Amino acid sequence: MGSLFRSEEMTLCQLFLQSEAAYACVSELGELGLVQFRDLNPDVNAFQRKFVNEVRRCDEMERKLRYLEKEIKKDGIPMLDTGDSPEAPQPREMIDLEATFEKLENELREVNQNAEALKRNYLELTELKHILRKTQVFFDETAPDYQDMLVNRFSQLNPSFHSRPSKYDIRTLRVKFTKSQMADSHREEEQLNLLEDGPRGQQQQNLKLGFVAGVILRERLPAFERMLWRACRGNVFLRQAMIEAPLEDPSNGDNVYKSVFIIFFQGDQLKTRVKKICEGFRATLYPCPEAPADRREMAMGVMTRIEDLNTVLGQTQDHRHRVLVAAAKNLKNWFVKVRKIKAIYHTLNLFNLDVTQKCLIAECWVPVLDIETIQVALRRGTERSGSSVPPILNRMETFEDPPTYNRTNKFTHAFQALINAYGVASYREMNPAPYTIITFPFLFAVMFGDLGHGTIMALFGLWMVLKEKPLAAKKSDNEIWNIFFGGRYIIFLMGVFSMYTGFIYNDIFSKSLNIFGSGWHLSYNTSTVMENKALQLDPAYDAPRTYPIGMDPVWQVAPLNKIIFQNAYKMKISIIFGVIHMIFGVVVGLFNHRFFKNKRAIYCEFIPQMIFLIFLFFYMTLLMWIKWIRFSAQNPAPYSVHCAPSILITFINMVLFKTSPLINEECNEWMFWGQGVLQKFLVLSALACIPVMLLAKPLLIMQERKKALHQPILPYSTDGQDGENGGLNPQTQTAAAAAPAGGHGHEEQEEMSEIFIHQGIHTIEYVLGSVSHTASYLRLWALSLAHAQLAEVLWNMVLKMGLTMSGPMGGIGLWAIFGFWASLTVSILVLMEGLSAFLHTLRLHWVEFQSKFYAGQGYAFTPFAFEAILDGGGSTED
Amino acid sequence: MPICGPKLSLCGLIISVWGIIQLALMGLFYYIHSVALIEDLPLEEHYHTPAEFYAAADKAYLQNAHNCWIAALIYVVTLGFSAQQFYANSRGSSSN
Repeated sequence: MGSLFRSEEMTLCQLFLQSEAAYACVSELGELGLVQFRDLNPDVNAFQRKFVNEVRRCDEMERKLRYLEKEIKKDGIPMLDTGDSPEAPQPREMIDLEATFEKLENELREVNQNAEALKRNYLELTELKHILRKTQVFFDETAPDYQDMLVNRFSQLNPSFHSRPSKYDIRTLRVKFTKSQMADSHREEEQLNLLEDGPRGQQQQNLKLGFVAGVILRERLPAFERMLWRACRGNVFLRQAMIEAPLEDPSNGDNVYKSVFIIFFQGDQLKTRVKKICEGFRATLYPCPEAPADRREMAMGVMTRIEDLNTVLGQTQDHRHRVLVAAAKNLKNWFVKVRKIKAIYHTLNLFNLDVTQKCLIAECWVPVLDIETIQVALRRGTERSGSSVPPILNRMETFEDPPTYNRTNKFTHAFQALINAYGVASYREMNPAPYTIITFPFLFAVMFGDLGHGTIMALFGLWMVLKEKPLAAKKSDNEIWNIFFGGRYIIFLMGVFSMYTGFIYNDIFSKSLNIFGSGWHLSYNTSTVMENKALQLDPAYDAPRTYPIGMDPVWQVAPLNKIIFQNAYKMKISIIFGVIHMIFGVVVGLFNHRFFKNKRAIYCEFIPQMIFLIFLFFYMTLLMWIKWIRFSAQNPAPYSVHCAPSILITFINMVLFKTSPLINEECNEWMFWGQGVLQKFLVLSALACIPVMLLAKPLLIMQERKKALHQPILPYSTDGQDGENGGLNPQTQTAAAAAPAGGHGHEEQEEMSEIFIHQGIHTIEYVLGSVSHTASYLRLWALSLAHAQLAEVLWNMVLKMGLTMSGPMGGIGLWAIFGFWASLTVSILVLMEGLSAFLHTLRLHWVEFQSKFYAGQGYAFTPFAFEAILDGGGSTED
Repeated sequence: MPICGPKLSLCGLIISVWGIIQLALMGLFYYIHSVALIEDLPLEEHYHTPAEFYAAADKAYLQNAHNCWIAALIYVVTLGFSAQQFYANSRGSSSN
């Protein structure tokens, strides 16, 4: 059978590789990506493996490359990504690569160090420049009375001035000078009474005043100021000015804002204290000459030095840029190479060493169909390495469950992913993905039926499908976008199917299209229409013909019974689709039983399950069809509208063995002849299936075991009876026959009680599940109704406002409101409703459909493939 | 001179194309007096004679058709503007 319907046949192989050829062979296999290696030394520590040194070297190289990448990204240099993947280089090339990276890294580090030193230098000079410029201002504006006042104050100082705020408090001075500074609250209140008594020079004494100037981070300034005030008891005087331009911090390249400050004080003690505080706040102090001429001279010197530095800095930057541009050209290529080497050595670490040390032994899972390709690849690898001994690929027998490998292409991949999200199929189990390709978009569309919304979705999907290659090359990191892009074919199909169901529902943005002309006509005269608020049309007289396909557009303008009509229709089709979907699931189960040669399951499970489902639920859908076909408004009495029975009531009565009460004298009790008897038969046989499902299989197993106990041991005679294990190879069967008591496989190890309990759970799940799952398909109706109603509400609440606007502003109003309506349509109806319908569809597949046949207990085949490793950003599976 | 960002201009492009198509069609449907759209007409709750109602409906249909087409025309302008913005953005980003 085709590989689409089941996972690939796998086999365990032993691979003998000559030590010299191993690297090249594994490299070829990595390019191929069809082999899953098993760890043959799981109890060996990762640090004690053979090629741990090489892996470590690769790690080191990767680290260097990441450093380079970071630097390149920091400078915003585009990296050349050709998308091709070079072959894994020979092991000897590794040394070259290492040397190249080493050189590059060292060069870059050196350049960076130099640049940092230069930048630090530059920063210092800039700060000094600012200090010189700003202090100039301080000195200038305070020069006339500054000396006088300071001298005044300091000459009056007495030891008790803190306890008694005298008129000549130093704070007076401070207040005077800090007018322009940020006002502290306590300072402000003092300002009031102290400002007026600004005393002018009385005694002039020459007191030596010292000062320090420096630069501090602007956010530290308030704390710094407070600290200074407290620690020096107000005996120092600080002025500051902001440096407007941001300065670059050389260590991390951030922009920081700083302020220039200058502190005046008297005496050496205060000087040391001030310096300590500056140190504590990481303020940088700069020497600042006192004389204006010196300052000017110094400023000139600083300016020339800054200019020199600028040229040097520019050259350094150029050099760095050149180095990085050269590296950016090859970076992706190098990454690929290093990751491949690392992956190869990592894989080689999984291998066993032969006693002679001449060859490596590997065990791997291989798809049977690809053995030829793998052998060709191995031969190529051997040739490349120049080895003379060919590698040996040897098929092994095993009891282990092989991994599940479903070949996918870009179209089926997304559907397979939906299935795998529930659980990876057991080995060689029926794969639901191919059926999902049709059923998934269809069930989605039943809930999302709207021609307009479907078109939007289909166009979006189509755009992604058509622009597949350029979009895939972009490799976006946006998770949501990647989900959409991965499911582009699903989205496209869902959109197209929604357009179809929207056409059938005759629903486009909650309006209907009258393509073929409504089948209804009005037979009331003018006065009747004018006098009555609401009128009913009788389908017997007013609907001479049916609308050719889909819903008649007249229902859209019949607000009173549109929903009633649609509910009846949508509920019925939901149940019909659901029952067919579930029956299909059970039938898929039959293929599983046949494939695994599980005859007992066919008789004890499949047939009773089918009978139960068909006799009860499929019969109900048949009743719906009969009702649709036999009863009509135009028919005479026994089959007229008044006599049409409710299907649900009929079904409930059928299960309860009651007869439905007669609706009307002229109606029939039953819909067709013999219905009563048939229904009794159906219910009884369906009920009879329950004990069969419950007991048949365990009893048969019990019987078989008893027989096996009595029989003498006959190694080969049990083959025919042991149908359960037909899927396994002959060796296991002989083994089983040889040891019937101990046995093999899970079936016989289980105790009888467990088998009974297991079967009981299964049966209850199936019987109750059939009822609840059938009801669960009603979500198709519910969501479809909700979607249609929401669309209608949006149209009536939003777009109608624009349409009923009269006057000359109508067009402009409509323009604005249409934009609003369109964005709401996309965000609420297409995105949110679409997501909800998607999730419900997923549930219908996972629970209602797959529970009928799907075990999903396998594990996925994860081949050693460079492609996957490179896509995963180099994280190998360790 | 890009005023809108690349995303906003793309959004404007898409809504404009959609608006032009849908509003032009709706205008056409109003013009041919489509019954499905009668609920969206600026009509009174009650009219005394059928003739009065028909006259009002005809007038409203025509007016709505014109409104739709006017809005569609404004969307043509929006489309042009968004396209220019989109072009300016893509050129700006590619030259960087």
